[in-house]
Amino acid sequence: MSGGQTGIRETGSKEVEESQELSVQEKKETSGQERPAPGRYFVPSTDAHETEGGLTLVMEMPGVRRENLEVTLEEGVLKVEGRLDFSRYDGLEPVYTEYNVGHYERSFALSEKVDQQNIGATLENGVLTLTLPKSPAARPRRIDIS
Amino acid sequence: MARLSSPFDTMARLQQALDSYRTSPWLNAGLSGGGAFPPINVFRKGDGFALVAEIPGVGKDDIEIQVKGRSVRLSGNKAMAYPEGSATHRRERLAGRFDRALSLPIEIDPDHVEAELSDGVLTLSLNRAERDRPRTIKVA
Repeated sequence: MSGGQTGIRETGSKEVEESQELSVQEKKETSGQERPAPGRYFVPSTDAHETEGGLTLVMEMPGVRRENLEVTLEEGVLKVEGRLDFSRYDGLEPVYTEYNVGHYERSFALSEKVDQQNIGATLENGVLTLTLPKSPAARPRRIDIS
Repeated sequence: MARLSSPFDTMARLQQALDSYRTSPWLNAGLSGGGAFPPINVFRKGDGFALVAEIPGVGKDDIEIQVKGRSVRLSGNKAMAYPEGSATHRRERLAGRFDRALSLPIEIDPDHVEAELSDGVLTLSLNRAERDRPRTIKVA
């Protein structure tokens, strides 16, 4: 499986540098392996952050419509696949290009601390947000001293 | 250039074509700096052009489009908001302001520009200005 692991182990918080001038990120193509749909697959740029309540994954998948997005969970592996509809390019002849287009795919191994029954997903402006709540046992608790 | 008309081949041919045109010097003179956000693909569409740019996470209200003469300017802000006090595990997305201009080899009709933003992809349809159209001259 391609993609990284995002468990709930790391806790160190990092300051995010906001770049003033945005530059383009070169798309990363996934390593070649047989896939259900033909064509190229890219790795969506992903942010992952954790709060007390759970983990949030934010993935950029421009061009993917809701009906072409599939999020599956199998044996602790969360797999996201977004397929592109190429019909919008019908009758268009490229003359100058800066990026390629293709489907997106990425998988994450979830730790047992994630409440796998209550994963939520929203898609807005080509950005998929997955919320992975922590299971009640994994949430931090404050112990009162009597 | 093959036209991308057969739905069966569209994807593979498009991907191939997009790759081969990445080294094309077509717009070199007019580009205001390479690698600027957002990445733009330019297509010929009828006797005009279609510009397609990937701007995931940028809403309608966060982008400004200006058209003047031969140039198109896209500017705006790509913002990311994460709750305070959250711990970062992975940071691959970029945020910030962007402003880039592109010059086309035709004069654009500013009254007939169509802009559509859907699923993080901006599509601009640009038509040639009437006074820029070629005229047929009859030999007297």
